[in-house]
Formats: sequence, structure tokens, C-alpha cells
Amino acid sequence: MTMLRRLLFVLPLLIFAAAAAFFVWGLDPDRDPGEIPSVLIDKPVPEFSLPPIRGSEPGESTSTGLSSADLSGQGITLVNVFASWCMPCRAEHPILTDLRRQEDIRLVGINYKDESEEALAWLDELGNPYDAIGADMEGDAGLEWGVSGVPETFFVDNEGIIRYRHVGPIHETELDDLILPILEELR
Amino acid sequence: MRRIILLVLFCLVLPGSVLAVQPDEKLDDPALEARAKELSAEIRCVVCQSETIETSNAGMARDIRILIRERLAAGQDEDQIRDYLVSRYGDYILYRPPMKPSTWLLWFGPALVFVMGLAALLVYLRKRRPNQSATDQLSESEQRRLAQLVEEDRQS
Repeated sequence: MTMLRRLLFVLPLLIFAAAAAFFVWGLDPDRDPGEIPSVLIDKPVPEFSLPPIRGSEPGESTSTGLSSADLSGQGITLVNVFASWCMPCRAEHPILTDLRRQEDIRLVGINYKDESEEALAWLDELGNPYDAIGADMEGDAGLEWGVSGVPETFFVDNEGIIRYRHVGPIHETELDDLILPILEELR
Repeated sequence: MRRIILLVLFCLVLPGSVLAVQPDEKLDDPALEARAKELSAEIRCVVCQSETIETSNAGMARDIRILIRERLAAGQDEDQIRDYLVSRYGDYILYRPPMKPSTWLLWFGPALVFVMGLAALLVYLRKRRPNQSATDQLSESEQRRLAQLVEEDRQS
């Protein structure tokens, strides 16, 4: 009986502690409730094959397309899903360019649901840091990769296994704390 | 009068037009189209996450609606399509969460809370009963005191 009474006494405290812990978790500003955990982490890259971006002028195109075979045995590859109509991609572009230049990585692009003319003009204007770009006109490859928006960047290791997925643009402030440590780990 | 008829017609048309499915997406086979609709109504739109792809206007929702129809037309069944979407987007894309250890709390949590509440209520009721019967009857000294008070009242 006294046991039960003692339990009743601490019960409100326990309930309060549980509720408080839940609220602290829920109010954490770093938590993104809209985040969809990727099921592709630690899985091989999905099967896909995309043609290069082709312009209307002859000879106007990015050199190669992109397919799953290009993503293994080539060291660390960042697969960046981008589009000329996507504003955050524009903000992310110089950061990706620097990453490609400074780190020992390959950078490939999936040009998502873009007009080829506009995509080529975009690359002309901002520079083309990509080793290869595949044009995903219909968004089929996007579905295969489980993309929920642009930009998104997948980190693929030498074995062609997806190791990290970055939703949204890679921000400059995330480089030191997040991106570079992940690259270090993949080496 | 004509205006009223138009208004009524407009109201009848309105609920249908709320759906985001475009005419060009629809399959010719009505049975297949009905199955596509039913499946779409339980697939979450990954862009606007509180909507199903059936009602969402997002480009991605349209892509998945078309994917569902293409695959149904190619002879796949609902489970195969659902499995494919889960393999790309995870359980998150399903509006009906699957039953597995990590979702047990979700499925059985409410029942658990109900049972706990019921148990607490039973314990409370059982504890209350003996106390109540104790107050129903007065002890001998209390009865004597009561009689005395009544007597005093009568005399005054």
C-alpha cells in the first residue's frame, strides 16, 4: 500500500518530466519536422541513365550524360540535383564550385526538369563545375533517387554507395561542421 | 431564375474541380483509373507534406500520379507500386503507416492509454467504497452526542 502511495506521489513528476522532455525535443530549432529520412543511405545508387543537356545549336551541349555506372570506382562523387529555375541552386553554385576545386572529389549534376536552353545559359553565366551532367527532363531519375525538391546533394563513395543526402542548398556555414567531416569520413 | 440555375450548377461542379488531377493524366480504362485514384489518395506528397498526391498541385505529386498510372497500365498491382515508392521515399510516403515494431506505439498507444485510464479508475473506485460506508453510520458516541444536541434544541 505504501509502495502504491509513494508511486502515486511521484507519478505526476514522472509525467511532467516525460512531457517536458517531449516539448524540449519538439521545440529544438535545429529539428526540421518536415525532414523525410532517406531510405537510400548505405544503399547502392539507383539504376538510371540520362543523356547530356543538348541545346538547339549544333555542338551546344554538355559533353557527357550521366548513369549509375559513372558513380562507382571513381572516388567520392557528389551528385547534385539542380535546375536553372531554382533560386537556392544559384546560391549554392559558388560553394559547390569551391568544393570541387579544393577537395579531392568529383561533382556530377542531375539537371532536374529544366529547359535545356536555360540550363546551358545558366552554366554559361555561372560556370560549369560539373564533371558530368545528366538531363532529367521528366523527373524520372529524380523519383529513382527519392528527391523531394531541388537542390539536393548525394554523397556517393568509391563503391557507389550513397552515404549522405543533403536536402536543400549546401550553405557556407555548414562546410566546416558538416560537409568536410563527412568527406573526411568517406576517404 | 437562370442565375440561380447557373449557381446551382456551379456548386455541383466545384467539388470535382478541387482535385488536382489533370484531365491529361487520366487513364482511359475507368476501372484502372479508379484504382489509381484510390492508391493516390493514400500516398503522401513529399513536397507539401500534409496533402495526398491526389489533391496536391506540386509537380512532384503529378509525377507520382503519372508513375502510378503507368505502372497500373503495365499490369503492376497496388502492393508492387507501394513497395517501389517506399523503397525510394520510405514509409513516410504512406498515409497509412505499416504495422511493425517501430510503429507499435503509434498503433497501440491510444489503446494503452485507455487501458491505463481504466485501471486508474477501477483502483480509485475500489478505494473509495470502504471509506464511504464508514461515514454512512455514526459511532455510538456520535449518536449520543447527536441525541443530546437534538434534545437541547428542542428545549431552547
